[in-house]
Amino acid sequence: MTVDLATLIAILAMAAATALTRLSGLVLIRHVSLEGGRRKAIESIPPAVLMAVVAPTAFATGIAETLACAVTAFAALRLPMLVSVALGVASVAILRALGL
Amino acid sequence: MNGNARFQDFLGGMRAISPLIAAVIPIGLVFGAVAATKGLSPAEAGLMSALVFAGGSQFVAMDIWTHPASWTGVGFAALLVNIRHVLMSASLGIRMDGFGQPARHLSMLFLADEIWAMAEFRAKVARLTPAWFAGLAMPFYLAWVLSGLAGAALGAFLGDPVVLGLDFAFPAVFIVLVMGFWKGPETGAVLLASGAAAVATQHFVPGVWYIAAGAIAGLSAAMVTGKNGEVEVTP
Repeated sequence: MTVDLATLIAILAMAAATALTRLSGLVLIRHVSLEGGRRKAIESIPPAVLMAVVAPTAFATGIAETLACAVTAFAALRLPMLVSVALGVASVAILRALGL
Repeated sequence: MNGNARFQDFLGGMRAISPLIAAVIPIGLVFGAVAATKGLSPAEAGLMSALVFAGGSQFVAMDIWTHPASWTGVGFAALLVNIRHVLMSASLGIRMDGFGQPARHLSMLFLADEIWAMAEFRAKVARLTPAWFAGLAMPFYLAWVLSGLAGAALGAFLGDPVVLGLDFAFPAVFIVLVMGFWKGPETGAVLLASGAAAVATQHFVPGVWYIAAGAIAGLSAAMVTGKNGEVEVTP
C-alpha cells in the first residue's frame, strides 16, 4: 500500500482542478443576476451537458453503440431507469458479439 | 424540519440514487483495474477516487498517465474535462434555497454527474434539502471509492468490460436522464445543437474539448429560442 509522491501531487492537482470547477458555478450565480431569459437558459444546462457527453458514443463510435443508444432511449420512454440501462448494456454486448 | 423528517428525506435520497449505484459499481471496478494496469497501487487508485471523485476525468488521467506522474498534465486535463461542472453547479445552485452557505459549498464538492442529474430531477418536483442531497451523495461516494479500490486490488481477475458491455452503463444512464429532461421543441433545439457540436468537435479536436463545446452550443441554442419567447417570460 504505497503512495508515490509524484502520484500524490498529481492526484491533488486533479482534486483541486475539480473542486475549482464545482465551486465556481456558485460564485458565478452570486455575481450574475438570473432573471427571465437567462434563467431559462440555465435550465437548459442539464440536457445540453448530458447530450454533449453522450453524443460521440451515440453517433460516432460504431453501429453497435448507436443502436444500443436508440434501444436505451426508447426503453426510457416506458420503463424504469435500471431496466432501460440493463437493456442498453445487454444490447451493446450482443451487438458487439455479432461483430457490429 | 425535525430529526425524523430529515431522516425520511435522507432515505428518499438513498432510494433515488440506488439504481445509479448499481450502474457505477462496474465502472468503479473498471477504473480500478485500468489504474492497476497503469502501475497505480490500490491505495493510489482509491485515493484518486476519494479526492477527485469525477469518473470522466479519472479515466482521462489514466489515458495520459506517465511515470513519474505529471501533475500539470493530469491537472489540466481534469480542469478541461470538468469545466462542465461550472455550468452544473450554477444550475443546481439556484435550486438550493434550503441550504446554508457551508452546506451549499460542501454539497458542490460532491457534484458528480449522476448526483447532480438526480438532484436536478428532484428540484423539478420538490424542494431540495441538505438531508436529501446527503442521502444521494454519501452512498454513491462510498460505492465509487470502494469499487475503485476493489478494482485495483482485483485487477486482471475482472473480465474485459468492453466484451460485457459494462463500459456502456454510463452513457446509458445519461441517455435515460436526457429523455427525462424533454420539455418540448425547445429541448429538441438544445439537444440538436449540443449533439452536433460535440460530435463535430470530437472529430476535429483531440482531447475532451467536445464536452465544453457541446454544452456551450446547447446553452446558446436555448438563449436564441428563449429570446424569441421573451414575451411569455414571467417577472
